[in-house]
Amino acid sequence: MSQSRFNPWTWLWITIGTLYFFVPLYGTFDFSLRMKRGQISFLAYEKVFADPKFLQSFRYSATMGVITVIVSIMLFVPTTYWIHLKLPRLRPVVELLTLLPFIIPVIVLVFGLIRTFSRPPFRMTQTEFTTDILITAGYVILSMPFMFRAVDVGMRAIDVRTLTEAAQSLGAGWLRILLSVILPNLRVAILSGSLITFATVVGELILADFLVRPALGPYMVVVGGGKAYEPAALGILSFGLTWICLGIIQLVSRGDVRLQPIGR
Amino acid sequence: MSEIAGSRFTGAQPRAAVALASMWTYLGVLPFFAFIIAFLIFPATNLFAGAFQDAKGHFTLVNIQELFSPYILKAYRTSLEVSLITSVSGGVLGFFVAYAITMGAAPRWVRNMLLTFSGLAANFGGVPLAFAFIATMGRTGFVTAILKSICYTAADASKVCPLDPYEAGFNLYGTVGLAVTYTYFQFPLMVLVITPAIEGLKREWREAAENLGATPWQYWRHIGFPVLLPSILGAMLLLFGSAFGAYATAQALTGGSILLVTIVIGQQIRGDVLGNTNLGYALALGMVVVMAVCIAFYTLLERRSSRWLKR
Repeated sequence: MSQSRFNPWTWLWITIGTLYFFVPLYGTFDFSLRMKRGQISFLAYEKVFADPKFLQSFRYSATMGVITVIVSIMLFVPTTYWIHLKLPRLRPVVELLTLLPFIIPVIVLVFGLIRTFSRPPFRMTQTEFTTDILITAGYVILSMPFMFRAVDVGMRAIDVRTLTEAAQSLGAGWLRILLSVILPNLRVAILSGSLITFATVVGELILADFLVRPALGPYMVVVGGGKAYEPAALGILSFGLTWICLGIIQLVSRGDVRLQPIGR
Repeated sequence: MSEIAGSRFTGAQPRAAVALASMWTYLGVLPFFAFIIAFLIFPATNLFAGAFQDAKGHFTLVNIQELFSPYILKAYRTSLEVSLITSVSGGVLGFFVAYAITMGAAPRWVRNMLLTFSGLAANFGGVPLAFAFIATMGRTGFVTAILKSICYTAADASKVCPLDPYEAGFNLYGTVGLAVTYTYFQFPLMVLVITPAIEGLKREWREAAENLGATPWQYWRHIGFPVLLPSILGAMLLLFGSAFGAYATAQALTGGSILLVTIVIGQQIRGDVLGNTNLGYALALGMVVVMAVCIAFYTLLERRSSRWLKR
């Protein structure tokens, strides 16, 4: 087999790819440890965690992440279920709609949301609470392609019709079917969608920045503008969080994270 | 008789019942459609309508015309440049990495490792990515320091550091720096998109070509490359769109000093920097048109490539 011979080209490209991947990570980590002159220390990380604004903004983003996940599940699971069960004709339309965020960049979305909802009759940006509703809606839209895709793939893997009919013949109502039959069967799919949604929301900059909410993204930009070592530490922490989320997905779903990211 | 009566009964009543039932059926997807319309379609069309209005709300094409003013054309040119460079750099690097892990003799664990990394890195962007490249390739960055330290003493006793990137004109906060940074998520995206296509190349084609006496180069020139071309172009269009719509990384990296279309839109949201609010809407419309064209061609090419490559 000539295939198994050592091929220098193969290894050249693999080396370049691996280096491109690792060097910036290592460089950032190395940089984040050099806050104390002449020695290695975790001082930059200590400074980050000692900053009350970091904890506040992280708490805000994490809360919004959880709320977004809950709203997304409530919106997409019943819809996808209904489409698979009763309206398969509608599936291409719904799929196309959920892919729209690939065509409409976040900066355009937030522009549209502000132009539409900051004026009368809505005036949603006038109080913090209504702004949070607006930003949650934006986050749900943003993570829609991931959440829909995850749930759709999960739904396709189970026999929705048979499960529903079996549950119905045992006397279950719609809510009962969704909660005790469909949801448990979609655990992996929903977990994947939720984790990627959470990671997207926590690291998101654009919506939070333009709707002026105290989220992690805008906080990081402020730190990045004024400090040298803390941003590197924040970068590593942020890498870590995103990758824990994506790593769990790869573990539970055996690696189909073929999703195009949104919101850079 | 009873059968006929029965069939008449079931034939007549369902019409109303079916209509009612199907109304109920459609009601099930109402929350989803209401949500999408309220928070995506309506705001977007509202924005695009603004592109065709003047300050008083009358119909006009002036905003579209003003898109071709030098300042805005420059923003579009910078955005196109960065997107083109990174879709080619990311596309080429990604293609060869994908080729190496599928067709090359790479062991299985290397292949799995690179695919996992690609899944992670393609999903990485925004502010942390900018921080990572500032810490790596910035003026005091890790790689910059290494490259700077490679020096020799020239004949006239002066120190020469031929690899110092900033002496060579590199600037992380300009177009090239942004392209280097974007490539970090572009090439893994290419690996993810193109790997299934390369896997779709049939072994028989290669064997048939070899049996007919074709060299590897001839096989690629006449079979492999033409079959893969639509997939490669499609994937590169995807990369192009992904770079064209990016904002956060560029903003965090350059502080908004690089004039991309997205950055100009951002400035416009913060205040009327263009001197005409509706021009901002036209800018957003232009952006969506470019993205839509990319995705449309991507879909076309995908369809064409599936003629040969069954997924």
